[in-house]
Amino acid sequence: MKHRMAAALLSLVGLMVATYLYLFKIGIVGTMVCGTGACELVQTSRWSRFLGVEVSLLGVLGYLAMLGVSLAGLQPVLQQRRWPATALLLLATGALVFTGWLTYAELFLIHAICRWCVASAVIVLLLFLVAFYGWRRGRAS
Amino acid sequence: MAAAPGGMKPFYTALGVVAVAGLGAIGWMALRPHGSVAIPVDVTVLAADTAGFRGYLLGSATAPVEVSEYADFQCPGCQRFEMMQFPTVRRQLIETGRVRWRYRDFPLDAIHKHTRVAAHAAACASDQNKYWEMHQAIYAGQPEWENAGDAAGFFRRYASSVGLDVGKYDECMKSARYAGRIQASHDEALKLNVPSTPTFLIAGRLYSNGLTSDELKHLVDSLAPAPATP
Repeated sequence: MKHRMAAALLSLVGLMVATYLYLFKIGIVGTMVCGTGACELVQTSRWSRFLGVEVSLLGVLGYLAMLGVSLAGLQPVLQQRRWPATALLLLATGALVFTGWLTYAELFLIHAICRWCVASAVIVLLLFLVAFYGWRRGRAS
Repeated sequence: MAAAPGGMKPFYTALGVVAVAGLGAIGWMALRPHGSVAIPVDVTVLAADTAGFRGYLLGSATAPVEVSEYADFQCPGCQRFEMMQFPTVRRQLIETGRVRWRYRDFPLDAIHKHTRVAAHAAACASDQNKYWEMHQAIYAGQPEWENAGDAAGFFRRYASSVGLDVGKYDECMKSARYAGRIQASHDEALKLNVPSTPTFLIAGRLYSNGLTSDELKHLVDSLAPAPATP
């Protein structure tokens, strides 16, 4: 169950990062702790919205979903069930693909790197690896 | 094997610690002293605030007509003028040497909470000789920052996108050193009885009903060659 614990902790850290980015986007945080101005450039670019929804809000919802699934999978009644691992892997895969697109946009369309986005991308990658490991382990047992 | 409920305690403790630390960090970053920018209103204007400064100028010093625009960065009418009329005015009248444009801040603080910060952000860009680029970026971005709780981050982004040294820009915003200049411009508009924004002062007369580029051209045609407003 350690992989689900790791997934829950990673999701919580990701949730904090996404919440910070969303608070900036709705104007609650004035200037970001970023250092270069690139965070504002990325966060207010046209790629900071997806289908009319703030990408940071999608991040908050995505991390919340992964946190919820991870915590659910840790409950005694669900620890031996396979669906939490599958659901977590699906969510993490979606997050990884989406994050890949956003990183591409940063590098090649906006030409600026937001350190908080990089942090989120690393968290998503780790979440995917943990989720994949958990899913493989469940399949083997 | 299912984890024993007792074995979960360290995990939930760690989860709680991460949650508290994360929320604390977000709170600190949101509320830290430099997390936002505030430009004081109704400051005492010192002689140094306006020494040699009569507004942001665009165009030839020998242009026969001078147009002074009294405007507010957060006013929708000013934004429409900037986006829809000013490019034509610039091309037809300013770049041809017929008009010298003088932009004056008239921040309407009572109804536009970000206008003073916007005016100061543009003033800080003038330090780096990018006033008009920043001016245009702030107006172009008005729809995205006008309803924000705090617009400083948007202006910082524009500063970055127009090529300002963001470190110097931050220092300028933090110092609020142009608060007096903005106040002087505001007071000048009040003294002239500028009724609304945008209002144009042309050859001693105020025009406040939203001139179009065509109307401005007709006015200039009727005035030129006129002596520049002192």
